[in-house]
Amino acid sequence: MTSNTITGTGEKPQTLLGADELVLNMGPQHPSTHGVLRVKLKLDGERVIGSECMIGYLHRGVEKIAENRSYQQFAPYVDRMDYVAAVSNGLGYCEAIEKLLMVEAPPRARVIRTILTELQRIASHLLWLGTHALDIGALTPLFYCFREREEVLKIFEKYCGARLTTHAFRIGGLQYEAYDTLEKDVERFCKALEPRIKDYEDLLTQNRIWLGRTKGVGILSAKDAIALGATGPVLRASGVKWDIRKAMPYAAYDQYKFEIPVGTTGDTYDRYMVRMEEMRQSRLICLQAIENIPSGPIMAKVGKVLKPPPGEVYHAIEAPKGELGYYVVSDGTVQPYRVRIRPPSFVNLQSFDHMAKGHLVADVVAIIGTLDIVLGEVDR
Amino acid sequence: MADEPKEQQPSGVPAGDKPAGSAAPPSTPPAKAPAAAPPAAGPPKPAVPPPPKPPVQLQTPLNNELVGRIRAKFGTALVEAIEDRRQAIVIVECGRLGDVARYLRDEERFDLLSDLTAVDWPKREKRFDLVLNLYSFAKNERLRVKARAGDGEPVPSVAEVWPTANWLEREAFDMFGIIFAGHPNLTRILLPDQWQGYPLRKDYDIIEQDIGWVKENLGIESGQ
Repeated sequence: MTSNTITGTGEKPQTLLGADELVLNMGPQHPSTHGVLRVKLKLDGERVIGSECMIGYLHRGVEKIAENRSYQQFAPYVDRMDYVAAVSNGLGYCEAIEKLLMVEAPPRARVIRTILTELQRIASHLLWLGTHALDIGALTPLFYCFREREEVLKIFEKYCGARLTTHAFRIGGLQYEAYDTLEKDVERFCKALEPRIKDYEDLLTQNRIWLGRTKGVGILSAKDAIALGATGPVLRASGVKWDIRKAMPYAAYDQYKFEIPVGTTGDTYDRYMVRMEEMRQSRLICLQAIENIPSGPIMAKVGKVLKPPPGEVYHAIEAPKGELGYYVVSDGTVQPYRVRIRPPSFVNLQSFDHMAKGHLVADVVAIIGTLDIVLGEVDR
Repeated sequence: MADEPKEQQPSGVPAGDKPAGSAAPPSTPPAKAPAAAPPAAGPPKPAVPPPPKPPVQLQTPLNNELVGRIRAKFGTALVEAIEDRRQAIVIVECGRLGDVARYLRDEERFDLLSDLTAVDWPKREKRFDLVLNLYSFAKNERLRVKARAGDGEPVPSVAEVWPTANWLEREAFDMFGIIFAGHPNLTRILLPDQWQGYPLRKDYDIIEQDIGWVKENLGIESGQ
């Protein structure tokens, strides 16, 4: 590297660097950045002394699009934010608009929503586990994780025809009835998952290389996590027992028993353990939910044209990545006046600089992986 | 009456809509039919349910203990306290936002700044609503703090109170052009640094873009 500034990109020149320091540009086309994240690392030898995340490569102006679509028309767009957890995005949006309209989805719809959302959490965590392990050198889990994730996507496909960007829910409830063998499929998947999670743990939890790459890497204390606004597994791994599913229950979560796993040190290993346990808990929620799906309608009485009374609402759900919030303002017309999406990935990514400081370049890859970001949601 | 529009529809609508209706389980159509019927009874086209529309006042004044404490501490700086759909909203004077934020974090234990964003009301004298969604772990309670700011009027940054506001304020600056006084690094975050215009303002059209930037950096005539 002849110069310490990255020329030709129109950026401001870097501040003065010491003799041993250099600036390394990582991404946006880097396999470990899970999309188009670009990180500028300021290095002293191989140690990170500062970093800056350059985001926005995938910015599509989702919030602007929302202001120019009707409430129902915008619903499929939210699937394209966190595209590995589309069902969760849809749940948050539909519930926010339902709050704005002051209607409630019928019990049957709420339970089916809960089942699908928990399956989506498992699928999202499986994808995270596979790619995170791959990033730091464990090739095998990727294949296993995708095998199980496929089962979840098959259930989605049977339910609504789509696998990834599902648009599974509608404002007011569901469009599709549960198909005949949904309970059986979910049960079979959940029964098969338990030994599979044990398989992953056999591969990783006590693995010396895994421990070496994750223990003590990217520590985030509870105080820092809260100050930086981190939510979801990142916050829980730091020891804060907070889960919106328990704190402010939505859908049908108040009916089911589950634990909130927490970590102690807030390092990459703790976040791994928290997400593994979350998959087990999601599995338990699914098993409880399929035992008793109430009968009845699946759609509340909402009009074909939605005109929520003027006002505003903020509704947040516990998405696989953290708090996913929708702040919707209505002016009484058919189009939302403003839709603000509070993306968990965007806010969690802000902790990256704090976590990466003092670590090696190789650990940067582990820290990006452990934050479990999806750039579609960071950039929106 | 209820059957008539139903029979007309399939003949008018091509096969695309038919399977969705027929594949639906037997339990749903009866539930849906009465809901769709009353509006269809009059003119067939507008399916908007107009009949019962009492002027419900959804925004009611809020007067709980928390609001009382804020009022006692800040007096007239608390412009209004309202409740909308059972969510608490306090509107404070823009200049005192930093003090209010510090008070809410330290004394009222709103530790988590969930979200910070803005809403544009171009017809208003002070066109921007700055919106902070706070959460308190201790009370398991949310609070929305709003402040009104004019175009170009500097707003006190809360990035020192909640470090998470750093990126959130940068995004508000990027999208609305709101200036945050005291922000450590107020630059664009999602759009390119040289971009002209603020896309989430209401006077920025949905297909509008910075054509100069697009031509110069992408080498194409238009991004559309």
